[in-house]
Amino acid sequence: MAGRVFGQSIPRNEDPYLLTGQAKFIDDIELPGMLHAAFYRSDYAHARIKKIDVSEARKLPGVIAVYTAEDFGEFVRPGPLQVPPPTAIKGSIFHARPLMPIAKDKVRYSGEPLAVIIAENRYIAEDAMDYIVAELEPLPAVTDLEKALEPGAPLVHEDLESNLAALVKQERGNYEEAAAKADVVIKKKIYVDRGAGAAMENRGLVVNWDDRAREMTIWATTQAPIPLRNSIATRLGLFEEQVRVITPFIGGGFGPKIMTSQPDDVLLPIIAMWLKRPIKWIEDRRENFLATTSERDQIHYAEIALTRDGIILGVKDVFYHNTGAYDPYGMTVPLNTQTHTVSCYEVPNFYTEIRMVFTNEYVVTPVRGAGRPEGVFVMERLLDYAAQELGMDPAEIRRRNLLRKERFPYPTGIIGQDFVEGVLDSGDYPETLRRVMEVIEYEKFRKEIQPQLRAQGKHKGIGIVCFTEGTAVGPYEGARVTVGANGKVTVATGISTQGQGHFTVFAQIAAEQLGVDVKDVNVITGDTGHFHWGAGTFASRGMGVAGTAVYNAAVKVRQKALQFGARFLGVSEDEVELCDGKVCVKGDPSRSMPLGEIALKANPTRGTIEPGVEPGLEATAYFGPPYGATGAGAVAMIVDVDPETMAVNIEKFAIVHDCGTVVNPLLLEGQVMGGVHMGIGNAFYEKIKYDENGQLLTASLMDYLIPQATDMPKEMIVEHLETPSPLNPLGMKGVGEAGAIPTPACFMQALEDALYEYRLQIDETPLNPSRLWELVQQAPKK
Amino acid sequence: MKPIPFEYFAPTSTEEALEHLANLGYNGKVLAGGQSLIPAMNFRMARPGALVDLNGIPELAYIKPTADGGLAIGTMTRDSKVEHSPEVAQRFPLLLEVMPNIAHPQIRNRGTFGGSIAHADPAGQLPAISIVLNANLKVLKKGGERWVKAEEFFLGPFMTVLEPEEMLAEVVLPGLPPHTGSSYQQVSRQKGGYSLAAVASVVTLDTAGKCTSARMVMISVGDVPILSEAATRILVGQKPTPEAIAEVAEIAASKEIDPGTDIHATAEYRRHLVRVLVRRSLSTAFERAAK
Repeated sequence: MAGRVFGQSIPRNEDPYLLTGQAKFIDDIELPGMLHAAFYRSDYAHARIKKIDVSEARKLPGVIAVYTAEDFGEFVRPGPLQVPPPTAIKGSIFHARPLMPIAKDKVRYSGEPLAVIIAENRYIAEDAMDYIVAELEPLPAVTDLEKALEPGAPLVHEDLESNLAALVKQERGNYEEAAAKADVVIKKKIYVDRGAGAAMENRGLVVNWDDRAREMTIWATTQAPIPLRNSIATRLGLFEEQVRVITPFIGGGFGPKIMTSQPDDVLLPIIAMWLKRPIKWIEDRRENFLATTSERDQIHYAEIALTRDGIILGVKDVFYHNTGAYDPYGMTVPLNTQTHTVSCYEVPNFYTEIRMVFTNEYVVTPVRGAGRPEGVFVMERLLDYAAQELGMDPAEIRRRNLLRKERFPYPTGIIGQDFVEGVLDSGDYPETLRRVMEVIEYEKFRKEIQPQLRAQGKHKGIGIVCFTEGTAVGPYEGARVTVGANGKVTVATGISTQGQGHFTVFAQIAAEQLGVDVKDVNVITGDTGHFHWGAGTFASRGMGVAGTAVYNAAVKVRQKALQFGARFLGVSEDEVELCDGKVCVKGDPSRSMPLGEIALKANPTRGTIEPGVEPGLEATAYFGPPYGATGAGAVAMIVDVDPETMAVNIEKFAIVHDCGTVVNPLLLEGQVMGGVHMGIGNAFYEKIKYDENGQLLTASLMDYLIPQATDMPKEMIVEHLETPSPLNPLGMKGVGEAGAIPTPACFMQALEDALYEYRLQIDETPLNPSRLWELVQQAPKK
Repeated sequence: MKPIPFEYFAPTSTEEALEHLANLGYNGKVLAGGQSLIPAMNFRMARPGALVDLNGIPELAYIKPTADGGLAIGTMTRDSKVEHSPEVAQRFPLLLEVMPNIAHPQIRNRGTFGGSIAHADPAGQLPAISIVLNANLKVLKKGGERWVKAEEFFLGPFMTVLEPEEMLAEVVLPGLPPHTGSSYQQVSRQKGGYSLAAVASVVTLDTAGKCTSARMVMISVGDVPILSEAATRILVGQKPTPEAIAEVAEIAASKEIDPGTDIHATAEYRRHLVRVLVRRSLSTAFERAAK
């Protein structure tokens, strides 16, 4: 449904600012009298606080104030929960232990703040840390998910009977009955570890309290400006209207920046009110690893039951999920795992059980993929083990089990992160598989190329996997579209932007409706002063939900423009049309009125207006889907492995992706590639490693490796299938997380194929060359 | 990640720099390219009281051919200068092979040849290369000069024989005889990243094809770069056969190194890598020497 600008590869409106260094980021904000904050953090992961002496630190010249939990009194309390538990799932247990803004009595993760230092600059604030004496009594740390639930394990929250944070069981059909009838049942323990968001820009907050105006302005690197404003206002006892949250340009989000009610956004606003001076906190990379949320490990006990023809009868997956020391973000991540384990296949019987566990590690919240890659990894690995067992080609076993397109809409029977039963709305999964096999020349590689390579002693393997991505979930987003007297258009929406390209794609949607140039649409995101209803940027919902709200508002403005235009031109509404920024009389372009003039006339300053007429060329609209739209795709990759050193090069990567209607192919390709990049990280580079004492061993980019350009595939093919979603008028589905989801599973399959002399069954991610070598040492030779 | 307060001196001559170092003693630290020191200071792992910045001393940056076919390289010569120098390419092809593995181009534009050696990171390439190329290191202090063989320069991780008032001023690489071949082999998790293990070899053949010299050094598998004794003992005086090379690799991997386990690799894997890389490095070096 590509239009004049909608659906076109239009370069980004925001790039001239970003590429020439003109864009304003949070650390560019300087205010008169601004102070700087630093957090003094616990070295221990689990400890009782005996005493914290900050008296010497307070004396250091340049230090304005040092606070511990005591100084905040009743203001320091846990919470609130940012995401509620899934009460819609019958019998589910959830122990809410929302985040403490600063440690009181007990430390539960290494990096938990014990004191906040406010100083004239960040250097002095860090110097002051040398003068703080914290007497802590270390306790045994909880880091192993299974041991954590054993009787007698040390307790992260001593008021609970165990470290079990939640228990959720869901089933469709009856797995045990299906397994009893199966020809083959494969059981495997699978370990999935996901990493950090590790955005290029760390988090940051600037707070300015105007004591006379009684107004607070907060600049923040948040993905959820409105929830952030609301939580700050609530905690401070202010009206929401007294607090304005502004997001400047943000260097990447990837999930962790959705979190609110963290130490910084709870404590710094009240300190700014006390001191009546602006405060800046810019997180450094070490803090980002220690104390910005990320994802972590899951341990799956997974089973698949099949006929000897490779038809799936059932899947069972009981898994442990590490939620860290608190669970303020509810169960979004493990619920996504549940909903994405079997989602693109016909699996009549499916049992899934979450055992969410508290540990002495930092809090787990979504990172691009948000539990989906874990589910897909488990399912795709199970299919590969089954293919090995049955002597089938990995592509063939998938082809036989993919849901046919006649099945849509397909109710899954599994309740997801939006607390409603998941329904797969649309797609053509077999077609994505067929096309990805075609573009990577799967059959040719298998039958012609690979045998020759093996004869030459080369180790190149191919992998192929399928996936879905639940996207565009509710509750809702809104947008306001306004035509100015200059004839240009402003779009304001409540979500915020971390680099996705909203300034361009939302402009395309509005420009298409209003007949103006994309460059003449000014998009405002993430400023509660401009739009203050909405939930935020997450779950690949920007386009599908906020984009649809922009569309709905633009359609209203278009109607209004035609209505007013016709009236001002003295003709009837069906006689006019939009033409190049004007309303024209059909067939007589000499009779026209520019949109700017209509906007001006639609906002009279004297006289009267007709009853019911709203002023200006402006409209606000909202959109909330009944359930999320589900994107899907298939990927394939060819890897080259040095069988001695286990160095791996990805030679070729192909993805055929379906996110419904494509708004901007250029930006879409970037999104997909970025996701794949992250997926490669989760397969072979990125690992957050805590030791058995809960010490974070990967608190720098020296230790936590992010794929470089040189680690990306040498060749990349990105293709799209467009099956429009029936859930929104433009037929859009999200894509933000797509590439990250299937990549680790595909990588492991390709490795097994490359190292064909061994009976290798990789049951963990991420790997590294050393670990891969170990697995090969342990694997029997074929 | 901000450093502690420190004093900063920006001398414009070697003499002035040595004067500062003499005055500062243990309080002072030389700042060369700063690619390792500054991050360490920002992490507050390094807490020098004063920096003596050599970046304003042009006389410390040069690559000069020497009469024996070698090179004298000034301590402040940027890594990228070494990487792109025709003299280096001609006289020490090994360096041409090594330099692109040192971090990334931006870092090599700033990082210095001498700074990397004096920093003595066990995972660093240039300390090992200085050993395998038998470098002589010129060490200066106020009113004094001494020469140290690279083999004797490194004491442990980030520790050298340099006294607080001293600085490394020049690296002299002796010329290589004809029929010399070299090879650098490295496995790192990422291009430009720290090596999990690396091996550099420099070998010489006589006209009959017998080995007259075999120097082989191993990186990231001990506290300092490890010069293999087995390579010299087994190969010198012999024609280099695959069996002899395999024997060196086996002894080197099992007896000569002391690798550790960390988040990136186990000690066993590093031993395995050394076995593979010694074989690859020596075989390639001998092939090149025979050409």
